Amino acid sequence: MITSNASSKNSKTLEVSGLSCVRDDRVLFEDLDFQLSTGQVLLIEGPNGCGKTSLLRILCGIRREDSGEVLWQQNLITVLGSRYREHLTYIGHHNGVKDLLTVEENIEVAQAMGCSNQTTLEQALTKVGLLKFADVMAQSLSAGQQRRLALARLLVTDASLWVLDEPFTALDKDGIKMFESLIDDYTQNGGMVVMTSHHELNLQSSNIVRLRLG
Amino acid sequence: MQASSNFSLSRAFLFLLKRDLILAFRQRSELANPLLFFVIVITLFPLGVGADAKLLKVMAPGLIWVAALLAAMLSLDSIFRSDFEDGTLEQLILSAHPITVLVLAKVTAHWLTTGLPLILISPLLAMMLGLSPDAMGVLLLTLFLGTPVLSLVGAIGVALTIGLRKGGVILSLLVLPLYVPVLIFASSAVMTTVSGFSASGQIYMLAAFLAFAISLAPLPVAAALRMSLS
Repeated sequence: MITSNASSKNSKTLEVSGLSCVRDDRVLFEDLDFQLSTGQVLLIEGPNGCGKTSLLRILCGIRREDSGEVLWQQNLITVLGSRYREHLTYIGHHNGVKDLLTVEENIEVAQAMGCSNQTTLEQALTKVGLLKFADVMAQSLSAGQQRRLALARLLVTDASLWVLDEPFTALDKDGIKMFESLIDDYTQNGGMVVMTSHHELNLQSSNIVRLRLG
Repeated sequence: MQASSNFSLSRAFLFLLKRDLILAFRQRSELANPLLFFVIVITLFPLGVGADAKLLKVMAPGLIWVAALLAAMLSLDSIFRSDFEDGTLEQLILSAHPITVLVLAKVTAHWLTTGLPLILISPLLAMMLGLSPDAMGVLLLTLFLGTPVLSLVGAIGVALTIGLRKGGVILSLLVLPLYVPVLIFASSAVMTTVSGFSASGQIYMLAAFLAFAISLAPLPVAAALRMSLS
């Protein structure tokens, strides 16, 4: 009993069936089906304008699907509401970083908004290489550093699903490598990732599932 | 479990409030804008209509309230605009905490940075217009009850129009009719006091508006934000 409880708690599933998205009378994708479980990385590929971002926004529940359903643990995410959102961290096109707050303040707000985990601010900033900049206003960071700051938000929240829209944008080579190893760590510890990327992913241990749109 | 989730909700409320206050403080010029507008309109009025003490005294309640209302309108867009543009609004609606509570934190911060300064400066302006001490007390009370309603109702309008590129005109059209009852009851309360009667009726009405707005306005704001972002 205990083991089955533990395993059902540890393995989470995100399931999509018959999903379609229409934008300005144009069908971006239809009848999309996939299933994702713990430890997997779903890499969404496709040309510009094929609906990658729209798909991610539907998976987060920001945008409503035009038909089909998104299920988290066999429950509709629209029904789960905040019980789904507590498992989710989303990094979109916009970094969601406040220019007039320092790096530290930005992370503190992110910790307070989500379900924060055991990772301290210093640990998270060390991992993304921003510890030296903790007291610097986000507006004086470079684009790549701002992206790192946005990604640091992933580390301080206790989410089992990361939804990432082009996480490598503006990152340098070291940054990309650093973030790939973070994804590896995360999937090994029971996380799952849905992401779009134009870069080739070099993951050591994660199980990559590819989805081609358009 | 329940206690810990409540605890983190109040933490989220306080952090968001603190964040918005810090941000407002770091953009002081924007903070001063509605306040300056308020002061300028009221100081220009005697220059325009003449310094007839009797006339100014009669006009003072309405004048101060109209100026406060327009100053509040001027500052409304800042409630959600910058959050919408840098993506933090997306993060906000993806938070596991109830959006209505987070909205309330943002509106509170907005009121503290735009409504409260108006209230603090208004005794000076009321004195300049020759309002009696009794009426001044009532004026302050109506501002305390009324300006939060302006922020709360305005937040609905902003949330509805945030996705539009030029939402300014629609925002005024949406929000102004809803501001009118506050204006009527508030200025009538002060005028009644000036004529020597009790204004408790109007004040209770304003208090009721406030209770109504605090408890209900966050719901349409949250719904409108979701709609604007999708």
